[in-house]
Amino acid sequence: MQARRIAVHAAVVAAYAGLIWLAAARVDYAWNWEGVWEYREMFLKGWLATVVISLAALVGSGLIGVLGAVCLQSRSLVLEAVVRVYVELIRGTPLLVQLLIGFYLVATAIGLENRYVAGALILSLFSGAYMVEIFRGGLAAIPRGQHDAAAAIGLSPWQSFWLVVLPQAARIVLPPVAGQLASLIKDSSLLSVIAISEFTLAAQEVNSFTYSSLESYLPLAAGYLMLTLPLSWIAGLLERRFHFEA
Amino acid sequence: MKLVLDGVRQRFPAAGRGGGSVEVLRGCSLATGDIRTLVLVGPSGGGKSTLLRILAGLDVPCGGAISFDGAALPRDARGRLAWRRRVGTVFQAYNLFPHLTALDNLLLPLVHVHRLSRREARERVREPLARFGLADHAHKRPGQLSGGQKQRIAILRALVVEPSILFLDEPTSALDPEMTAEVLEMIRELRDQGRQLVLVTHQMRFARKVADEIAFVADGVIEAHGPADAFFDQPATPRLARFLETVLA
Repeated sequence: MQARRIAVHAAVVAAYAGLIWLAAARVDYAWNWEGVWEYREMFLKGWLATVVISLAALVGSGLIGVLGAVCLQSRSLVLEAVVRVYVELIRGTPLLVQLLIGFYLVATAIGLENRYVAGALILSLFSGAYMVEIFRGGLAAIPRGQHDAAAAIGLSPWQSFWLVVLPQAARIVLPPVAGQLASLIKDSSLLSVIAISEFTLAAQEVNSFTYSSLESYLPLAAGYLMLTLPLSWIAGLLERRFHFEA
Repeated sequence: MKLVLDGVRQRFPAAGRGGGSVEVLRGCSLATGDIRTLVLVGPSGGGKSTLLRILAGLDVPCGGAISFDGAALPRDARGRLAWRRRVGTVFQAYNLFPHLTALDNLLLPLVHVHRLSRREARERVREPLARFGLADHAHKRPGQLSGGQKQRIAILRALVVEPSILFLDEPTSALDPEMTAEVLEMIRELRDQGRQLVLVTHQMRFARKVADEIAFVADGVIEAHGPADAFFDQPATPRLARFLETVLA
């Protein structure tokens, strides 16, 4: 059964690849892989930059998500307003605009000159807004009885959150969080507009040096898939591992 | 225990956006003798569970005074937390932690609240698990247990910390007759061991067997209260008489 699944998946992948090849054949595309191969180091450096920035933003947006969701559950009107407005502002504007304003105005104003740090921060804030909503939903899905039971056995509010609520919420939010992280990795491609030498900018530069667009952009797609595919596999694995009947 | 209630009131915001509120307890007053088992009975929606949540330190009443053995029930968060650590509560819907095994459900309060080592805690729960026929199920998650097993684990979770009083809120209302019997049997055994219990239930015959005193909670007040036999044999009010007639029919 497992072998069959793998075979079918492989066939489908081959079919999609065939479509791209057909499209290239139809426009009489002249392949020039040698020219692009010269710039392999540039690809690798850009890819590594994307990995590092994405990892930083992954941690950052996760923290923002948990903190923001907790603030929304707190009874403080101010905290709630701060988070609500932040979430609506970020979700209502394009990342491109946030990058331009965040880098050229905010980062400059506060004297943050390292564009990599600034980029990772803006990306964290962007993705964090979506994480807040995901975690808020996860926390809200924990039945009242669980809070009651945690209180009844004498757990402090902090212990209830840490030992009872969070582990259950984590299982609920796992699939949407994995999806959000995949988006984050792909969205990091926009950092090229503030001249961060990440993966996409590297491919654009190789393209402008070699005039070989497909040979630049197909490896680009493959490089992102190398990050996002393992993410969905790991998420699926964790989901099965943490599975329990609620 | 000697429980004294004096004009206990509780109101909740009404459903919807009216800003109004519903008065669930409208002044409950009661003074028990020095008893071991108090049973609260009454129609659904009459306020039994609301009252029990207050006694268990889960909710704060809007008004009135409560004392156990002469000591006032604390109203502040810190005092109520300390109170909840001294007593045990069992819910109608079990409320076991679904992400933990039955055993870990029992260990959680022992390890994280009462600061036993995991080893000491395991030692502490082994005998009770065996006595209530749950040893073979200790490593299952709640989702794999029957309702009766879940409720018996939930009772044990409240019990293994040696609470001074055990509060049980309709512990058999979600169970079929067979499982009800196993849970009631367990509660009876606890009573026979001399545990102090406050029990909300619809099981009238069982109530009569285990209760030292029974209180009839209806429409937000304690309408009648007394020793078990007198409570059933000479109903104090017409409404109680009607209620008993209906549920015992």
